[in-house]
Amino acid sequence: MSLDFDSARLPNPYLTADHDAWRAQLRRFVEQEIAPFAAEWDEAGKIPDELWPKAGEVGIFAAGYPEAYGGISEGLDIWHGHIVHEELCRVGVGGVTASLTAHGISLPTVLKCAKEEVRQMVGPAVLSGQKRISLGITEPGAGSDVAQLTTTAVRDGDHYVVNGSKTFITGGMNASWVSTAVRTGGAGAQGVSMLLIPTDLPGFSCTALDRKQGWWASDTATLYFDNVRVPCHYLIGEENQGFKAIMANFNLERLGLVVDMEAYARVCLEEAVQWAQQRKTFGKCLSEHQVIRHKIAEMKQRINATQAYLQVCSKQLQDGNANAGDIALLKVQASQTMEYCAREGMQIMGGIGYMRGGKIERLYREVRVNAIGGGSEEIMRDLAARQFQL
Amino acid sequence: MALDFDSARLSNPYVTAEHEEWRSQLRRFIDKEIMPYAEEWDEAGSIPDALWPKAAETGMFGLGYPEALGGLEEGIDIWHHNILNEEMSRIGAGGVSSTLLVHCIGLPPVAKFGSDAIKQAVVPAVLAGEKRISLGITEPGAGSDVAQLSTTAVRDGDHYVVNGSKTYITGGMNANWFTTAVRTGGEGGKGVSCLLIPADLEGVSRTSLDRKQGWWAGDTATIYFDNVRVPATHLLGEENQGFKVIMNNFNAERMTMAASMEAYSRVCLEEAVEWAQQRKTFGKCLSEHQVIRHKIAEMKQRINATQAYIQACSHQIMQGQPNAGDIAMLKVQSSQTMEYCAREAMQIMGGISYMRGSRVERIYREVRVNAIGGGSEEILRDLASRQYGV
Repeated sequence: MSLDFDSARLPNPYLTADHDAWRAQLRRFVEQEIAPFAAEWDEAGKIPDELWPKAGEVGIFAAGYPEAYGGISEGLDIWHGHIVHEELCRVGVGGVTASLTAHGISLPTVLKCAKEEVRQMVGPAVLSGQKRISLGITEPGAGSDVAQLTTTAVRDGDHYVVNGSKTFITGGMNASWVSTAVRTGGAGAQGVSMLLIPTDLPGFSCTALDRKQGWWASDTATLYFDNVRVPCHYLIGEENQGFKAIMANFNLERLGLVVDMEAYARVCLEEAVQWAQQRKTFGKCLSEHQVIRHKIAEMKQRINATQAYLQVCSKQLQDGNANAGDIALLKVQASQTMEYCAREGMQIMGGIGYMRGGKIERLYREVRVNAIGGGSEEIMRDLAARQFQL
Repeated sequence: MALDFDSARLSNPYVTAEHEEWRSQLRRFIDKEIMPYAEEWDEAGSIPDALWPKAAETGMFGLGYPEALGGLEEGIDIWHHNILNEEMSRIGAGGVSSTLLVHCIGLPPVAKFGSDAIKQAVVPAVLAGEKRISLGITEPGAGSDVAQLSTTAVRDGDHYVVNGSKTYITGGMNANWFTTAVRTGGEGGKGVSCLLIPADLEGVSRTSLDRKQGWWAGDTATIYFDNVRVPATHLLGEENQGFKVIMNNFNAERMTMAASMEAYSRVCLEEAVEWAQQRKTFGKCLSEHQVIRHKIAEMKQRINATQAYIQACSHQIMQGQPNAGDIAMLKVQSSQTMEYCAREAMQIMGGISYMRGSRVERIYREVRVNAIGGGSEEILRDLASRQYGV
């Protein structure tokens, strides 16, 4: 037993042969359709549109969503969703994973809280890869402090008139819809609603945020709403109850990010070990130098702890006993582990690790987007402290 | 839900009502017979002999040993052991728990590898709390590098003649027997045997190591063997196969220490939170200052990760598939967590925590004995990287 992506995975008592078959199926697809091209797409800053319907066919989008809206939920559990993330992350190109899983943070709320006709319009189209959807919460002037957001939606007959802007929107350049947090009421969180905004409406525009540290393949955007008239029945949930709708999906979103970060950490481990066993320095393999062996052991330790913690929280969420504080801190655990493994992985690899095209170089540049996005480490600790009633 | 010793424990799907009953039974005993006196015993550097038979009555010594030898095996699994270590560590006096439970490392080689006569003579007496047994491996000139040890046992008729010394022997001053690693053959690991040496034989002497950083209640000792004639029947396992006998118990010892260290970390968390919620500074509770809340969140994060990792390794052991590398790194994870939590708890508590008599002050002084004993962090990373085939 050496340490590669698969052997470095702790045994998981909840995984069955069905999960393994799901993993194998996904891996075949990823190795054929994504892995050979991902680095190229990242450098080009663009993923071919054809990838979406292809990924839709293997069920990458549909896994875990209700059958009534084009999903596959029969016999699927939280681990199937985790395996999708894990296998996509194995490619080691975060911009690709983030783009292909962008619907995971917006669609669940739509399919749970929107009007039935809206669900029918959006669900099958997104889950088959025909159309895309993004989540629009952060603004130039407000991020995690959702209660402060200033994009307004003013009722006018059968429409809301939306004005304002959203930024750092993953998948924003190519989304057909944006599930958007807007202010419909007074100050604070009680005045916030969620509104599904079609991007082909007059008054909508977007600009690409294409100069990022990482996630180059991702079409991140700033969105502008200039008197956009949105039909009222596109409201998601009740008016002024949007805060709750947003919050409801946070636990699952964070677990998705955790799965990603743990898998990225494991990619760094695999790459570093493989290199250390080939590369000779001072008459022996790098892996025979004690300080390198200890770096590898320490990486594995943190990966083990993160995996085990992820198993516990996933089981809790699946049983309906999610603990938001424990999950928030798990996200911190995972980003710290990814940061550590990217750093140590690169130290072990040396110069080659610094060259673009390698997985570790890219993952190193993608640490902070994971440690900040979906709630920064600092926001997570604040949240956990409140949850633990400090 | 605030953070106390119990509420800060992650849910554990493997723990049943019987386990909880075992926990409350132990807690009743500990709260009555140990907790009120532990600090006093630690300061005095001695535990009353009367505690041993009392503790034996709860069944804590016999846990997992065959009924025929006075133990309790039926229905006992690793979670009973983990709970015992957790509850003993809740006392927050490592010298008391390590001394009271020292047979956990000295007795298994006897129970597993001793002759029937030896088993009958030793095991029931120890499990009843009438006699004590210590493990003698480390020497003044050799520690984790067991293959280097120089205490000799030379065959002379029906006896071995033992010469040499052992040091850092937990429970050494009051042990009736020493499970001792001796050199019976040539150099290296293959010349080592395991021999049970009665402490009352002629030529055995001991001196107390009573000036330690922590574990003051523990009767740690250096043991000297001067031409001690030990009956050959006291050999545990085969001659020159002692390495195997010693190694056999290492996973269990490390799991024990991991469970203890996680519990010590949780004691630090509990004490720090309780203090932070009472103590007022600059017009508000300490716990309302953001930097304190974040320290507490970070402690809980590491505790969560360690607990989850313990669950994963415990489950592997129950399935008969322990991974020695993962367990070795779990011990490192645990000592790093304990070190972090002891440090941060003292920072939160300030002056009061520096005063002797508090659990946190004592635990801080007991970090290194846990991070070194049972295999230092460095030794364990060496071991893990070998196990992982790096």
